[in-house]
Amino acid sequence: MKATTSTQTGKHCLIELKGVNKVYGKGPAAMHALQGIDLRIGQGEFVAVMGPSGSGKSTCMNILGCLDTPSSGVFLFEGIDVGKLSRDQRALLRRHYLGFVFQGFNLLNRTSALENVELPLIYRGMPAGERRVRALQALEAVGLTGWETHTPGELSGGQQQRVAIARAIVTNPKVLLADEPTGNLDSARSREIMDVLAAFNSERGITIAMVTHDADIAVYAKRIIRFFDGSIDSEEEKPGFA
Amino acid sequence: MFSETILLSLREIRRNLMRSSLTILGIVIGVAAVITMVTLGRGATAQVASDIAKLGTNLLQVRPGQDRRGPGGTHSTGDMFKAKDAEAIAQEIFGLSAVAPIASQTIQSIYGNENWSTTVTGSTNAYLKVSNWLLESGRQFTEGELRSGKAVCILGTTVRNKLFGGQNPIGATIRLGKLSCNVIGVLNSKGQSSFGTDRDDFVLIPLRMLQRRITGNPDVSRILVSAQDGVSTRKVEQDIEQLMRERRHISPGKDDDFHVRDMQELISTMTGTTRVLTGLLGAVAAVSLLVGGIGIMNIMLVSVTERTREIGIRLAIGALERDVLMQFLVEAVVLSSFGGVIGVLLGIAAAAIGATVLAVPFVFDPVIIVIAFVFSAAVGVVFGYFPARQAGQMDPIEALRYE
Ligand SMILES: Nc1ncnc2c1ncn2[C@@H]1O[C@H](COP(=O)(O)OP(=O)(O)OP(=O)(O)O)[C@@H](O)[C@H]1O
Ligand SMILES: [Mg+2]
Repeated sequence: MKATTSTQTGKHCLIELKGVNKVYGKGPAAMHALQGIDLRIGQGEFVAVMGPSGSGKSTCMNILGCLDTPSSGVFLFEGIDVGKLSRDQRALLRRHYLGFVFQGFNLLNRTSALENVELPLIYRGMPAGERRVRALQALEAVGLTGWETHTPGELSGGQQQRVAIARAIVTNPKVLLADEPTGNLDSARSREIMDVLAAFNSERGITIAMVTHDADIAVYAKRIIRFFDGSIDSEEEKPGFA
Repeated sequence: MFSETILLSLREIRRNLMRSSLTILGIVIGVAAVITMVTLGRGATAQVASDIAKLGTNLLQVRPGQDRRGPGGTHSTGDMFKAKDAEAIAQEIFGLSAVAPIASQTIQSIYGNENWSTTVTGSTNAYLKVSNWLLESGRQFTEGELRSGKAVCILGTTVRNKLFGGQNPIGATIRLGKLSCNVIGVLNSKGQSSFGTDRDDFVLIPLRMLQRRITGNPDVSRILVSAQDGVSTRKVEQDIEQLMRERRHISPGKDDDFHVRDMQELISTMTGTTRVLTGLLGAVAAVSLLVGGIGIMNIMLVSVTERTREIGIRLAIGALERDVLMQFLVEAVVLSSFGGVIGVLLGIAAAAIGATVLAVPFVFDPVIIVIAFVFSAAVGVVFGYFPARQAGQMDPIEALRYE
């Protein structure tokens, strides 16, 4: 292990949530999905987010991914107040700095694995030749060489998840946000995927925040944040084994 | 990036080939209709112009009453002319080659068991000259026949065919209403005019015979005048106006109660009418283009809803609102342009066939084709914009949650 034992105070702070609330609905039916979340994630960290179902993990990831906005509170990305950005500026943030692996795979169904991976590069305006090379490299990195022309329907769940990961990392993002990247996989497949993610974190220095239910998966991270009922219940540095 | 968007839209269109084809049907029909209508209309206009020009551009027509210019103009009546008016024109105006007074009436013509309702035109031999009629057989009227109003007639080929079939009618006696009349000649066929009337469907008799024994009055409804080659029809027109004002005692400052038109004028009046008609038909056809546009909008809205998840994925991955908007707009425009291209081809084919069937010239006009195509693409932009904007403005989270 490299000396990337970052703490939430020690390293350059990439992501910071201050008193973030998220409320769905209004009045008595209002659903407080997040309540007063304070969170700092440093450059190069590998953080696991755990907690029971409905505790607000996905909601928090969506906010970190600039897909959703907090009802109140501040979200700083590299010191920039994301809440003050326009819709298009947030889209550009996603385009250039973020990679997102969704809880479902969210691949384009009728499109080949290669084209799915190329998609974020298209929006970056990369020329076709370079795009192809980068996408092939990303697919190779997740061990999918030879499956480029298959559509998601022709791939197994684990393979689809790896396509989704390849799509998220093909742009070399600053931050990779993964919402249950191993949720649908057996433990052997899960470990394969986690090895891939851990490698991205250690070799490329990509900051990773990952949601998981599985303690065996969480050990790949260097910090575990536990959610309960929309609040952060506890934080754990460097779990005992890894 | 833009070529990618086009490729993407082509792929999407191919994916739903059946639906795409049905979607563009409205545009195809609209564009084809516009092109067919306008092309045939232009052909008809050209036909009318050349038909009239064939009569000779040195031809003038004098009519009682005053036409207000243009289609739908009012018509004020004036007293009918008399045969003397035509004689006066022939005698007093310089540079004319023929002057034909004309009166006519619709009447039943009968020979043996056959009978046929036709127009009986009373005039002189000058009528044959000014209207370029040639005799297929027989002879013209003699001076004596014209002067006495003798019961003789010259048949147009339609009347000849209806009454006599293949037989030779010269020397036979036919009945025009209650009158017996000796056939002395048959005219060459001129066929249909561009207005769809049969120019061969008439019987020519001496003017005096018509006046005395059919209409019972000395009226002449119009006078055809042909100027000699090299004589200005404008000058002749002015001379005739001057003469007729004198003869009809119109005091200075008062409007004419008759009208002299040369053929140029007639051409522009007639072609003006067909042009307005062409415009109207074109406008009706353009409405079907709009209906086609609504069809595209409808399908694009369906498509946007169906592809909500895809839109969510694209937005989440870094597409801007305008990227998604462009994607769907381009798809709509590509669709409608396809419709435009197919419609243009279909329209040209239909116009070519229609021109043959209607026997009008096929006037190929690249301008109208470009306009039709641009218009169909514009329909895509206009009707594709609303669905495309809806796609672009989707909330990525909501879109990803869809289904
Ligand atoms: N769009 C929404 N409208 C209303 N309520 C919502 C919406 N999205 C999430 N919620 C609610 O917010 C709470 C937190 O949801 P979230 O998806 O963040 O949970 P989670 O921790 O990711 O759960 P899981 O482990 O099952 O994925 C849940 O109670 C959920 O019902
Ligand atoms: Mg979740």
